[in-house]
Amino acid sequence: MKRMTLATAAALVLSGGMALAEVKSEDPIKLTLHDWTGQLITTQIMAAVLEEAGYNVELVQADYLAQFAGLETGDLHVAMEIWETTGREAMDAAIGKGGVVNLGETGMLAKEEWWYPSYVKEQCPGLPDWTALNDCAAVFATAETGEKGRYLGGPVTWGGFDEERIAGLGLNYEVIHAGTDAAMFAELESAYQRKDPILLWVYAPHWAPQKYEGEWVEFPAYEAACYTDPAWGGNPNATHDCGKPSGPIWKVGWAGLAEKWPGADKAIRAFTIDNDAMGAMIAKVDLDGQPIEDVVNEWMDGNQATWSAWIAQ
Amino acid sequence: MRLWPAIWAALAAAALALALWARLPAGWLWPPQAMHLPMAGWITAGMAWLTDTAAIGPVTFKDLTRGIAAVIEAPYDAARVLLVDGITEGKGRKATVLVPPLSWVAVTVAAVALGHYAKDLALGLLAGALMLYLAVFDQWDSAMVTLASIAIAVPLGVAGGLGLGIAAWRWRWVERVLSPVLDLMQTVPTFAYLVPVLVLFGFGPVSALLATVIYAMPPMVRVTLVALRAVPSEIVDFADMAGCTQTQRMRKVMLPVALPDLMVGVNQVIMLSLNMVIIASMIGAGGLGADVLASLRRLDIGGGIESGLAITALAIVLDRLGQALAAKAGGVRAAEGSWPRRHPRTVLVLAVILASGVLGLLVPAVQDWPKDWTVTTKPFWADLMEWINVKYYEQLEALRVWVLEHVMLPVKGFLLALPWPLVVGVATLAGWRLGGLRLAALAVALGLFLAATGLWEQAMITLYLCGVSVAIAMALGVPLGILAASSERAGKVIGTVVDTLQTLPSFVYLIPVVMLFRVGDFSAMIAVVLFALVPAVKYTAHGLRSVPEELVEAGVVSGATRWQILRKVRLPMAVPMILLGLNQTILLALSMLVITALVGTRDLGQEVYIALTKADVGRGLVAGLSVAAIAILADRLIGAAAKDAKARLEGGT
Repeated sequence: MKRMTLATAAALVLSGGMALAEVKSEDPIKLTLHDWTGQLITTQIMAAVLEEAGYNVELVQADYLAQFAGLETGDLHVAMEIWETTGREAMDAAIGKGGVVNLGETGMLAKEEWWYPSYVKEQCPGLPDWTALNDCAAVFATAETGEKGRYLGGPVTWGGFDEERIAGLGLNYEVIHAGTDAAMFAELESAYQRKDPILLWVYAPHWAPQKYEGEWVEFPAYEAACYTDPAWGGNPNATHDCGKPSGPIWKVGWAGLAEKWPGADKAIRAFTIDNDAMGAMIAKVDLDGQPIEDVVNEWMDGNQATWSAWIAQ
Repeated sequence: MRLWPAIWAALAAAALALALWARLPAGWLWPPQAMHLPMAGWITAGMAWLTDTAAIGPVTFKDLTRGIAAVIEAPYDAARVLLVDGITEGKGRKATVLVPPLSWVAVTVAAVALGHYAKDLALGLLAGALMLYLAVFDQWDSAMVTLASIAIAVPLGVAGGLGLGIAAWRWRWVERVLSPVLDLMQTVPTFAYLVPVLVLFGFGPVSALLATVIYAMPPMVRVTLVALRAVPSEIVDFADMAGCTQTQRMRKVMLPVALPDLMVGVNQVIMLSLNMVIIASMIGAGGLGADVLASLRRLDIGGGIESGLAITALAIVLDRLGQALAAKAGGVRAAEGSWPRRHPRTVLVLAVILASGVLGLLVPAVQDWPKDWTVTTKPFWADLMEWINVKYYEQLEALRVWVLEHVMLPVKGFLLALPWPLVVGVATLAGWRLGGLRLAALAVALGLFLAATGLWEQAMITLYLCGVSVAIAMALGVPLGILAASSERAGKVIGTVVDTLQTLPSFVYLIPVVMLFRVGDFSAMIAVVLFALVPAVKYTAHGLRSVPEELVEAGVVSGATRWQILRKVRLPMAVPMILLGLNQTILLALSMLVITALVGTRDLGQEVYIALTKADVGRGLVAGLSVAAIAILADRLIGAAAKDAKARLEGGT
């Protein structure tokens, strides 16, 4: 009889343990880190929230696009920022293959467009309207571009269709691709110090539009048809005769997430934050030089009610 | 003798004429579409097979590689516990430290003790001072992360290199197989194999470690082979006579005899591992490399310089300690008595570790260098950059425009206008002249490979960027080398600058260069020149210094002036060495290409970089192999020229 009880107890303990594991695996959930501050903050906030909920979390450095290979196989589990503007194609491809799911919007809106510092308006008063660009080509011209204006584009890998935009809108400009965003903003900093004209690709949320005074160029507003249908827009023979799309920043995860860590899956889906809150945090890190951990801790302390609700779901 | 210069001149004239006036039919300028082989597709498909279906019995290939990763991760985690994390409970933000990692006091004292053991107190104090630099400039935690990965990567690289080197020494066929593999390991840009490594070994520090090992191991293999060959045959015979087994002979006789030479290889592994710190941090190694990248991303140039110099500091400590240990190796140890008496330093270090660990619980400053005591030079660098930028930009811009218009763009235009059969033909002819049929065959094969990749245009841009950079690096480096060889003081100053340039991650100066010279080829060229200048200076100085004194004296006796001695005696005698320097300069320039892709060049380096960000295994490897093809061809041609020059000097013709 005594033997029997022991065995039953053991079975109970075992089954109890297994039941628990079904709800909540002890394995670490792997969140990916990329190379821009906003993403690091978003991810570390999410990691902190999940830890509060009792999950083990691991942060893994991974390339923005290369990470999809890891997300598909379950080597990596969550990517907190996939931008509509730069990551849509890779995201759709990965979701199409299965293995990756969209975990909803982060609440932040990505904006990317041609941008110039405010002082440029003195030399080119027609801005921000795009039709003024051709009159000011000489203002932005350099030795290599000759008579054409120089537009500093993002790294080739970012895409962005700027060559097509220039052709479509008949702009007298040439795209010079920076290799990295560090190189791109190094040029902006340099030109800004000298108050020299510069026209480049800026994106938000980012510290640059917070630090430097400037404006976005206003192109004809983007519509999906503009990129596919030549008839759309001012130029009947060309696509891309409009501005860049803006759109949500998505959260993406491994398809097995909901099964393995159902609570975490819900919390991640519930996560939202807006551009202003994020912009302020990015400025604290990149402009005031505060460590990311401190900024994240500060947010966690100040927004207990918000993140408690995410976990409670 | 008169015939060949005429032939080369005629070829050059023909090339110029073709580039300027000829309108070539399609398929002559760049290799025709029909020649392209879809190599990228093959490699990607092969990789997919390897990861998805390949299996040895029941164990899939991927399980195997993941198993290896787990085996490597264990010692890495142990090193991290010791240096970075301590023993903790819980994870992430909620972790509480049970046993702290080694304190800064303990690590610094250990560095001093090791320096004292290896050579003398002066070296110990230098090592200690550099460790203090890490603490004072608030680099400690990151530096320990980097040190932990170096502490695993270096033994792996050394052990692997030693094993392969011994195998190559024992079996001729291993050497024959290994030789081209080593060439590729040293010339294929690291970015090209990061993705396959990531796919096979998973995201995380282990992949970064393995990429580091692949990059740092080849010199160890080569040095091992040379060192074992150099063991005098009498000693080997003696070991055989004494009845040693093969293993005993290797372990007890040959390796100890070869030890001083082997330490040179160890040293190379250490330096190359530190060179990889930045790239490894891109795939999850963290540490100083990640700090450099993060600082530069927010244009905190001072922060980048401080973290970069911390890498240099680590490199100097490890390099000096390694060299001192190499010099000591083979010396006799004589101490007697009990263990503590024989190892006073070890006892001291252990005592300090224990004492600082306990004391650290009471006084936190002993465990972690207090934040209030840290120093930073960030505002100084920011102000300096702004001052140069605002004050001298116009002069710098004028220089940039002049060089671009008068040197770089014409060269680029010329190379891009050359028909590809002519380029391959000239390379083949040069190969035949310098190294006979074998080299000519190699030139044809590599040229056709480049043509078949479909990357001819990028290859030509690579040739242009590297060619211009190497020419400028040599034009600056050779005179600097002459200056360094002319007086001891100049030699010391130049030596220090050059050593710093070599260990300071190029990222650190890439961003300031972009601020002053904009995105584009000119900035890329400056970065390449700064990096590739080092061997030009070093080899020239070394070559000039090693000219036999008798020859110089003979010059003096016959009444030659200093200038005449330099021009007629020293320089001609140093030519083979300078050519070796040129060779190294070219290889370093090519290895910088991938980095300059980050400031927007459009060459093979950019192709590799794009493939990396798109995780395209095949595309990256094909572009990487193209860089390797150019590097190997240049290496063989110049090597043959150096041999030729040497033979002529010794033959006295």
